[in-house]
Amino acid sequence: MKIHEYQAKQLMAARGIPVPRGIVATSVDEAVAAVRPLIEETGNKVVVVKAQIHAGGRGKGRFKEHPDIGGVNVVTAGIDGGIAAAEDRVRELAWNMLGSTLVTIQTGPDGKKVNTLYIEQGIDIADELYLSVLLDRAVSRNIVMASSEGGTEIEVVAAETPEKILREEIDPAHGLLAFQAARLAHGLGLEGDAQRNAAKFVRALSTAAVELDADMIEINPLVVTADGKVMALDGKMSFEANALYRHPEVMAMRDLSEEDPAEAAAKEHDLSFIKLDGTIGCMVNGAGLAMATMDIIKYVGGEPANFLDVGGGATADKIAEAFKLITADPNVKGIFVNIFGGIMRCDTIAEGVVEAVGEVGLDVPLVVRLEGTNVELGKQIIDESGLNAVSATDMKDGAKKIVELTS
Amino acid sequence: MSILVNADTRVLIQGLGRTGSFHTDKAIAYGTRMVAAVHPSKAGTVEKFTGETDHSGVPGRPDTYDVDVPIFRSVAEAMSEAGATVSVVYVPPPFAADAIMEAAEAGIDLVVCITEGIPVADMVRAKRYLQDRETRLVGPNCPGVITPAECKIGIMPGYIHQPGRVGVVSRSGTLTYEAVYQLTTIGLGQTTAVGIGGDPVNGTNFVDVLELFNDDPVTEGVIMIGEIGGTAEEEAAAWISANMTKPVAGFIAGTTAPPGKRMGHAGAIISGGMGTADAKISALTAAGVTIAPTPSDLGAAMVEAME
Repeated sequence: MKIHEYQAKQLMAARGIPVPRGIVATSVDEAVAAVRPLIEETGNKVVVVKAQIHAGGRGKGRFKEHPDIGGVNVVTAGIDGGIAAAEDRVRELAWNMLGSTLVTIQTGPDGKKVNTLYIEQGIDIADELYLSVLLDRAVSRNIVMASSEGGTEIEVVAAETPEKILREEIDPAHGLLAFQAARLAHGLGLEGDAQRNAAKFVRALSTAAVELDADMIEINPLVVTADGKVMALDGKMSFEANALYRHPEVMAMRDLSEEDPAEAAAKEHDLSFIKLDGTIGCMVNGAGLAMATMDIIKYVGGEPANFLDVGGGATADKIAEAFKLITADPNVKGIFVNIFGGIMRCDTIAEGVVEAVGEVGLDVPLVVRLEGTNVELGKQIIDESGLNAVSATDMKDGAKKIVELTS
Repeated sequence: MSILVNADTRVLIQGLGRTGSFHTDKAIAYGTRMVAAVHPSKAGTVEKFTGETDHSGVPGRPDTYDVDVPIFRSVAEAMSEAGATVSVVYVPPPFAADAIMEAAEAGIDLVVCITEGIPVADMVRAKRYLQDRETRLVGPNCPGVITPAECKIGIMPGYIHQPGRVGVVSRSGTLTYEAVYQLTTIGLGQTTAVGIGGDPVNGTNFVDVLELFNDDPVTEGVIMIGEIGGTAEEEAAAWISANMTKPVAGFIAGTTAPPGKRMGHAGAIISGGMGTADAKISALTAAGVTIAPTPSDLGAAMVEAME
């Protein structure tokens, strides 16, 4: 689960990790009202207006409705014009940004609607660094990654100057040790206060990552100020779904407006569903088989409309809900049910499909491939239901049939 | 011969709840020696399992079974009192990693963890705990391990298996069934089928299982089924190319998966350009593995690789 930048900064601030002073705004008035306290409290006449969406690349992104405005705007009007001038500029920006659609390299061409702004104090930046904490599957441990190339995407740094990426493994029995943090800070080329503050920052962030069950925290850029302070200028956090049950404060940060409605509905029914752009809806048991079903549809010349794993212990009702999710997509021109029953019994699947078609009807072709536990019973239920379903002998046969029927 | 489990394997169950009991019953019906369960508050009692024998399982048994599984307070006790050699874990996700570590502390040979949804941080700790111990972990989030007609540990349907010549190792449960079913249909059968699980942090990996199959005199070929995410398949490819003396056929799921989306399994995600199906397929192909274009072609790919 992803959260917004301002939420990540709240979680960091609560753990004593330095972040700039900022105020959340969901209306133009709130945005304007944030300017005075920020400038008065910090003494810095610059403020920054940042769009809050669950996607990176905001600075270089552009609003569909206002192509001259990006997702992150530095307001310098206060330097010469005072607070009133800064407020005027923030009002204008907030007016144009709120409710508009921001398109970045990570949002896809449709972009994302901006409902929230984060108004932040300006910072006198001396140096920009990169810092992240994430799982390294190869060693089954979290690692800290750091680079002196802040502000640049880490994939680019990794490809062009891999020697500039520093890493330290976090031993789960000991946490990130002080000397490891010091080694990183030194490796980043920092000295004096900046080095000490960076080491402290890195250790605090590693601890936070473990405490919060974050599967990724990325601070890009991590900035060093002219007076040697180190703070998170940006912050991305995502959390592992399996551990959310023990973090109600993180769970409360979930923003449903950032999620695909069909995917959110699927979660309610404990189904694993991902919407794609194709025309053939798939219903499968097991994640691997569900992925392979998408692949095989493409292999025989079609395009899958979704990934859907109904899991191992689904009831007929859950199958019916899954089926409705597929038929609700107007792009779906045909449906392929591909089941290899283990614990999941074929008769349960068949009952669910028949139930769903009874409720919502079916006006596209349906191909059903059943194999495994209670397969004969499952086929019998489909046959006797009068359902207009084509049966398949194996998954390749099924994929071919549904692609033929829809082309 | 086989790997990991055989007719002499004595299994204890950690987590005898609804799911655990259901699959314990199926395992007993198959003929697996389920010798103990661990449940602190039910210690000293027995759990009864009765029913009809699964005749696709261990041969030569009566038509019905009536088995009392004694319940112990701890894994250590179940091992010393009942002679258990392998543990199967059905404990719910919040407590599963602790169950694994308890079994490892007791010094059991093998833990097979079926539980899906264990927090990654818990598995990071459990893996660290296993590092200095002899216990091998298979899983979590896996269908289990089966040596056909000898020992079934986990949730796979027993009847699709057949004793035979090919080893199967897979990150995905249902794709394992696809491979197994084809091997049975074409008459090659299986020596042992191992589900290593779909989580980003797991115990036994492809390389470990490939090594075991390579050393097993009865295994003549191996099917390995991978998926997007991580680099376990690339590591397997490097190992195969340096060490494997037997033919390997394979399939990688997720060619069409979009980056950044978790495909059901916690471990099946392409991030930062790493873990794509194409990279895995080219690494395996270069190592001499016969890649099946679709799961329906796995049996045929194995036959081709063995010729």
